[in-house]
Amino acid sequence: MKSLLIDTTKCVGCLECVGACKRANNLPEGDTEELSWKTYTVVKEFKGIYVRKLCMHCSNPSCASVCPVGALHKTSAGPVVYDEDKCIGCRYCMVACPFSVPKYEWSNPLPRIRKCIFCAERLAKGLQTACAEACQYGATTFGDREALLEEGRSRIEAEPDKYINQIYGENEVGGTSTMFLAGVSFSELGFRTDLAKDPMPMLTWKVLSMIPDIVIMGGVIMGGIAWLTNRKNEVSLHELMEKDKEKSLNKKDSK
Amino acid sequence: MTMKTIQFPKLTFWRGVIAVIMLLGIYSTGYRFIKGLGASTALSDQFPWGLWIGFDVLCGVGLAAGGFTITAAVYIFNMKKYKPIIRPTVLTAFLGYILVSTALLYDLGKPYNIWHPLVMWNPHSVMFEVAWCVMLYSTVLALEFLPIVFEKFNMERPSRILRKISIPLVITGFLLSTLHQSSLGTLFLIVPEKLNGLWYSPILPLFFFVSAIAAGLSMVIFESFLSNRFFRKELEIDLLEGISRVIVVVLGCYFVLKILDITHRGVLPLLLVPGMERSLFLAEIFIGVIIPFILFAMPKVRINKKGLFISAFMVVIGFVMNRMNVSITGMAASSGVDYFPTWMEISITAFIVAIGFVVFALAVKYLTIFQPAKSEESTEKFEEYTTEFLQDETAGTIASYPKV
Ligand code: SF4
Ligand code: SF4
Ligand code: SF4
Repeated sequence: MKSLLIDTTKCVGCLECVGACKRANNLPEGDTEELSWKTYTVVKEFKGIYVRKLCMHCSNPSCASVCPVGALHKTSAGPVVYDEDKCIGCRYCMVACPFSVPKYEWSNPLPRIRKCIFCAERLAKGLQTACAEACQYGATTFGDREALLEEGRSRIEAEPDKYINQIYGENEVGGTSTMFLAGVSFSELGFRTDLAKDPMPMLTWKVLSMIPDIVIMGGVIMGGIAWLTNRKNEVSLHELMEKDKEKSLNKKDSK
Repeated sequence: MTMKTIQFPKLTFWRGVIAVIMLLGIYSTGYRFIKGLGASTALSDQFPWGLWIGFDVLCGVGLAAGGFTITAAVYIFNMKKYKPIIRPTVLTAFLGYILVSTALLYDLGKPYNIWHPLVMWNPHSVMFEVAWCVMLYSTVLALEFLPIVFEKFNMERPSRILRKISIPLVITGFLLSTLHQSSLGTLFLIVPEKLNGLWYSPILPLFFFVSAIAAGLSMVIFESFLSNRFFRKELEIDLLEGISRVIVVVLGCYFVLKILDITHRGVLPLLLVPGMERSLFLAEIFIGVIIPFILFAMPKVRINKKGLFISAFMVVIGFVMNRMNVSITGMAASSGVDYFPTWMEISITAFIVAIGFVVFALAVKYLTIFQPAKSEESTEKFEEYTTEFLQDETAGTIASYPKV
């Protein structure tokens, strides 16, 4: 699985990655402060430390799991990609993403979901992502996830004073393809540090996977109750018929 | 020579109100579909779901829950007493579902793709399940409602077929609505880090289901009173009394569950944090659960027209607050923005509700919704027994019995 390793200690805030992303994905100018339909990645500053923001390409992504029509899906190569022809525009992906990444074309009457797609087309051609290619300072590097994790660990080991001992994205929400190294705690850099280690989709899947059982059990129970209660009618009906038969017999007798 | 006079419908206060709502609604509808969601709503990247999901969809579906509870009571638990209110509740539920689907068309970014879940499956998605349940249950409700239409046009044969499958139909309907009343709660299970702890709970699906039953039944009472006022329909106080007893039990269960949930999850301290969330949470519990529970528990209230109405209305209000709290209040803090619907969002919601009222009134006028004719009632009963439970021969022999 292809991944990105972003080393916040090396980023100088030159915004080359932001420009490269816009060019590679034909995005309009503007909105360089926050992610939006125009911008798949931004660089934010936290007390002199520059931190990129982009889709985390979760290994088990919430956005893809909640999408009713499968418009978002995780490819085996790593990217979480979007198919605008499938999308119905329910915006559940935006609600569900723990990193609040997917954005919407609010001003477009026929809007699309927009987010970093990990340069899926470039990847298919065997290229690396545009942002990684543009980075001159080694802050964003591209590679296989395992190799990048190795690389991250060895950087931490080599300079334990410079780095904190954590790779963000190694375990968060079951692991992500965009991973970060940092010199200060991640909460100081605007990262969510309250996320579970389990993939979020498990939360709903636990309930959803119970449905077949509920349907079968429920059907049997309700059907059974219906049969039992309505049988009373049948019985009383038969009783009525019996009585009537007797009556008519009596009548015949008296004749 | 006689002058010809043109007959205008008499302009009453309510007709005036509806006319204004319709005009504004039509304007907003045009605006929404031409200019898009951004121009017509207060929604944003930070707050993608607002009034239409919170009220039109979450509440709309819940308030139609009377449909499955009453049909189940009659057909499955054989409580024939409630038969007279089946028609209005099925009609309400059916209308409710159609209106929810209409509201979805406004909310979806690409409404012309609404059929996609039919062919593009993602069984891991709660939204996918909701979509299927709404589609299937609307079909079931349509089948339950059709006999009333057939009857109007004297079409005996199709309605006899439908009557034959009524029990499986009701069971299917019951299961479908159980599933998706609860799955509306399941929708929010994936946002533990976004939804306030007062509402986020692993048993959110159960809460949604239980509260929908209480609200659906309260809606039945509420509607009976509206019908009483607007359609001069007689009130079956004894039926409503029975329903209100069930509501007491359901509200009680809901309250106990809520207390257990809050204490077990250890979020009691959240009740000490002053703010919007706490006030609205307490309001929801008091208005929608505790007070109506006490009121309904009093026999005096249960047989009193006004008492029933007010208590049922409180349950409905509390229910609406709950759904809005889960989808809007509880999500506000984590989104970092304040959301308040635009007048266009509100006018479209009012528009959809108004359409519901108008269609209901039309149905009452042209179809037999209330008080089915006596003679017909008995044939219906007769057929029910004969076709469903007895073999043709026996059915034939008792064909002469007037009433069973
Ligand atoms: S970060 Fe959000 S949008 Fe990106 S893959 Fe994960 S869940 Fe999807
Ligand atoms: S908005 Fe589109 S991509 Fe997002 S969940 Fe809905 S259908 Fe899927
Ligand atoms: S991976 Fe591609 S799409 Fe994503 S931020 Fe980098 S350049 Fe943009």
